[in-house]
Amino acid sequence: MSDIPADLKYARSHEWLRQLPDGTVEVGISDHAQESLGDLVFVEVPEVGRTLAAGEAFAVVESVKAASDVYSPVAGTVLAVNSKLATAPELINKAPYGDGWLMKLKPAAGAPPALLSAAEYARVADEG
Amino acid sequence: MVDFGGWDMPLNYGSQIEEHHAVRRTAGVFDVSHMCVADTSGARSEEFLRQLLANDVARLTDAGQALYSCMLNPAGGILDDLIVYRRHAGQFRLVVNAGTRDKDLAWMRTAAGPFDVQISERSDLAMLAVQGPQARAQLAALLPAAAADAALALPGFCGTQQGEWFIARTGYTGEDGFEVMLPNGAAVELWRQLNARGVRSCGLGARDTLRLEAGMNLYGSDMTESTHPLESGLGWTIAWDPPQRQFTGRAALEPIRRSGSPRRLVGLVLDERAVMRSHQAVAVPGVGAGEITSGSFSPTMGRSIALARVPAATGATVTVDVRGKPLPARVVKPPFVRHGRVLVPLENQQQGQGAAVHE
Repeated sequence: MSDIPADLKYARSHEWLRQLPDGTVEVGISDHAQESLGDLVFVEVPEVGRTLAAGEAFAVVESVKAASDVYSPVAGTVLAVNSKLATAPELINKAPYGDGWLMKLKPAAGAPPALLSAAEYARVADEG
Repeated sequence: MVDFGGWDMPLNYGSQIEEHHAVRRTAGVFDVSHMCVADTSGARSEEFLRQLLANDVARLTDAGQALYSCMLNPAGGILDDLIVYRRHAGQFRLVVNAGTRDKDLAWMRTAAGPFDVQISERSDLAMLAVQGPQARAQLAALLPAAAADAALALPGFCGTQQGEWFIARTGYTGEDGFEVMLPNGAAVELWRQLNARGVRSCGLGARDTLRLEAGMNLYGSDMTESTHPLESGLGWTIAWDPPQRQFTGRAALEPIRRSGSPRRLVGLVLDERAVMRSHQAVAVPGVGAGEITSGSFSPTMGRSIALARVPAATGATVTVDVRGKPLPARVVKPPFVRHGRVLVPLENQQQGQGAAVHE
């Protein structure tokens, strides 16, 4: 069984989103996603300052098995990216919700899209 | 778990990369019981195999010696690749791929008929491959003294029958080690004993990256019935001498041998941070086009490597279409890695030794 922290929001495409107290958000991929991908070998993160639409591909995670696009759960501007992933992509395998984060975003104004709760995402992850 | 030739097999037991490193650095064990083991019986077994196989079993002068060979159709296409061992009393053991089991057994039995040779599948045997620099010592420590001595005395590509166990110094990883064929009922206990000694369980994923680094072909990917050995990096496995030995496929291959194969299988190294995968298109500027037949990430080299079938005139570099991006790859001669050592240049020599390609 994969780990699905209750305090995060999730996208159907297996990203997680953490609301930070300062109004920004942190984004990564779920434990279920890293487990399905297998050992990660390369991670391509976006440029800081890039503007993303909700659902836009912003990163590529490549494992021993396959390459996958990662989609932004919300619209916003990239504030920071996890530069450690360039030399240590395995951080995503080891700590998908911690040291394996992908980017921090300043969400765009307006209503955020509906994301899944942990319980809702658990059902998605169950289906594969 | 994945379906592999009708067998449920684990891709990994945790981390594919750690399993890969264990085999390069210490020792790992693979359950390769899916491989099909078949024994010949009949007075004319050698004569039969000298017609069936592109390599020549007459080269096996002593019991226990092994040979790698292709089994070809009359057009020279590769039906399968296999290992054949000479056993006692003029009999042989063949180990063929799981995915081609039914086809192989039917083909061999039809071909064996005129020689009055029988082919018996040994589904009573399991097979464990113990591989890595410490593999031989690790297995030997679990054997009775006489069997351990016999196993440790084996030269490369030779096997020994020890009671119900057949122990061979062969493998598919580019490391030293043994492949052990033993009664099904004894396999789990041996696996646990090896684990208890620190030999790591390894899955299909590590098996694939290890064999690719070792420059070993995978049947169904790097070669099929529509490709022949001369365009699959396997010319060295064809025994052309003696010229009068009419093995199946010879007549079709002779003209290609004389004129030179228009395509060849090469190794590729990608210095960019991306991974080459099978079926990606390869462009050879001014020459033509080719295709990746196997591509992956090399854990030992920290970058992507591949086997590709390209025009014979391909030079030192090609361009691979990796997810829509044309990336330059260097052409090298496999193997990439053997016995823990990288055998191909890690940096692009044209850029000079000091040019760092990683970021």
